[in-house]
Amino acid sequence: MKYYFLIAFVLLSFPISTAHAQAPSAMDIVVKAVEAMNYAGGDVKARIDMRIIDSHGRERIRQMTMLRRNETSGYGPQKYYVLFSRPSDVKEMVFMAWKNTDRADDRWLYLPALDLVKRIAASDERTSFVGSHFFYEDVSGRNIDEDHHEFIEETDEYYVIKSTPKTPGDVEFTNYTSWVDKTTYLPIRIEYTGQRGEVYRTFSVQTVEVIQNHPTIIDVQMEDTAMGGKTVLHYSAVKYSIGIKENVFSERFLRRPPREYLR
Amino acid sequence: MRECLLLTAAWFVVVGSAAASEATEAAVMIQAASPSNGTDELYGEKKPTIIDVYGFIDTRFGVRTGNAVIGDKDISLGEIRLQLETKQYVSRFTFNFAADFLFDPVADRYAVDLASGGSAIDPRLINVEFSPANFIDMKVGRQILTWGTGDFIFINDLFAKDWDSYFLGRDVEYLKAPVDAAKASFFFDTLNIDVVYTPKFGADRFVDGRRVSFFDRATNAFRGRDDPLLFDRPNDWFEDDEVAARAYRSIGAFETALYYYNGFWKSPAGQDALGGRATFPKLSVYGASLRGPLAGGIVWAEAGYYDSASDAALDPHIRNSELRFLAGFEKEIATELTASIQYNLERKLDYDDYLNALPSGAIQDAQNKHLVTLRLTKLALRQNLELSTFNFYSPSDKDGYVRFNASYKISDELRIEAGGNVFYGAENQTFFSQFRNNNNIYVAIRRSL
Repeated sequence: MKYYFLIAFVLLSFPISTAHAQAPSAMDIVVKAVEAMNYAGGDVKARIDMRIIDSHGRERIRQMTMLRRNETSGYGPQKYYVLFSRPSDVKEMVFMAWKNTDRADDRWLYLPALDLVKRIAASDERTSFVGSHFFYEDVSGRNIDEDHHEFIEETDEYYVIKSTPKTPGDVEFTNYTSWVDKTTYLPIRIEYTGQRGEVYRTFSVQTVEVIQNHPTIIDVQMEDTAMGGKTVLHYSAVKYSIGIKENVFSERFLRRPPREYLR
Repeated sequence: MRECLLLTAAWFVVVGSAAASEATEAAVMIQAASPSNGTDELYGEKKPTIIDVYGFIDTRFGVRTGNAVIGDKDISLGEIRLQLETKQYVSRFTFNFAADFLFDPVADRYAVDLASGGSAIDPRLINVEFSPANFIDMKVGRQILTWGTGDFIFINDLFAKDWDSYFLGRDVEYLKAPVDAAKASFFFDTLNIDVVYTPKFGADRFVDGRRVSFFDRATNAFRGRDDPLLFDRPNDWFEDDEVAARAYRSIGAFETALYYYNGFWKSPAGQDALGGRATFPKLSVYGASLRGPLAGGIVWAEAGYYDSASDAALDPHIRNSELRFLAGFEKEIATELTASIQYNLERKLDYDDYLNALPSGAIQDAQNKHLVTLRLTKLALRQNLELSTFNFYSPSDKDGYVRFNASYKISDELRIEAGGNVFYGAENQTFFSQFRNNNNIYVAIRRSL
């Protein structure tokens, strides 16, 4: 009889223990996913071509160069610098954000025609970034402590994680589900569920390339059936670890774009 | 109505040429030497490097809803403006050029006048930027300069403003007039310092009656187009100069700054006792500001001590020294709806002397002038529609000024706009109320190039 118990124990525990060995906790996956998507390389420069397509198929273009610098290794505070080049009415405009993990982000906008450095309130992270279907939060990454993360399943390619906001009143979704690539840890698809249980907002990655050993999202889109239409992003000229100095993210370089990094 | 016809004719010419925007762009694009840098790569589509010239054509038409003072036109605004801008990098130097070419049958004045603008050609940027050392940035030449924390209220920003443009409904970028100056910026670990030297006084493009009528206290009458203000502007190179400086640093999430200015009142603030011409008395300003996040919004405060010409206290022809203070708060109060509120104080410092020196029968100002502003900005339709209103109200002067504007981006290149400027108040002599005759509404269309 003892053997039966032993065999039963081994059979039962085996899949559990392998699951433990292979699948990290939901929080581990979320941290790795955020790091893979938003923290690779310590710093990065990228050119971003944004196409905003409305429900009637009309298209608007935004073209910008982004600099990003991590202030700590791994998940933590970051600084972002975005110089617009198209359309021409926003040319030379700069958006700068200091992403804080302990309080609201600090944001600035530089308007070249007025030589004006404007400080902007970061009260609502879920406001459209430059009129696109991406929110500010989608660009710099949502603070991982704002949600409960739950491991749903593991498929051949993905870890599936369901995230539910801790303060539901702050956001327009009830939860979102992420498909995180098991090898690169990049979230390849994120579906946002609305109040009626419908998926109304979908983030999906079309192309990933390995650049300087970092799996990097090249083409990604956000589709929003509630607003109608979608925004398509294309990243190019991606360069990691170029040694961007901290002082680049300051008023000095809002007024004078740091050409040495932006070229 | 001559302006209408001229504008309509010009508009067709402009639209005809701008419709083929590629052709317009191609005309101003010149092949540059290095094809490897800055290739314009949109989804793999490569163009050769070009000298990038950009800008817009802006057509604006406005009508006066107030009464025309003698000689004033019923058309407040009627103009077509072409702005062309380019940035050129040569070795370690960056050259910035921007110029406006203006067809303005309302002003009907085409002689180039670099100081007052509003002429056929108005260069806005002709400057060079360079860094002589890694902690120094220089910008020398014609430039637009802004600092300070206020929203349409300027205490320590004593760089030239264009009030005519602001009151008539031109794009808000025209509130800032260009300045011919050298700016040196020094960056240290604990403190940054800007010093701006303007070798010849650059006055505001102030209200003188030619475009915007005003109430003249000296003559106790409104003055307009046919009877503009006569003035003596300090005009000597290196003698009538201006120095503006700012030292600033961040403390935590807050930005703090100290300011200094030495020059002249930027708009007329005095009168020549003999000739009656308006003057720009000497002025020094010492100030400070603070700005940072608070309660999910941005809060700011700024103060300045306006030290007027030495005999200001006793001379009724020179504006008094003042203490100015400003506090404001801005917050997104609903999705894409931002509200901001400000309080501003202007306090005469030598009030007893001012009262004693005032000629009998002259208009007497209160010691404190209070001003409250409220701004509401709503974005909608994927941020293509912007509705905004800005109201100045002075409880002490019992007057005010509302600006409202709706603008819609039809496409990335085309924007239409409508708005208005409404001054209100009971008395003729208070600051906003004196402009009541200039109340106007306007429409505009802007095509980016």
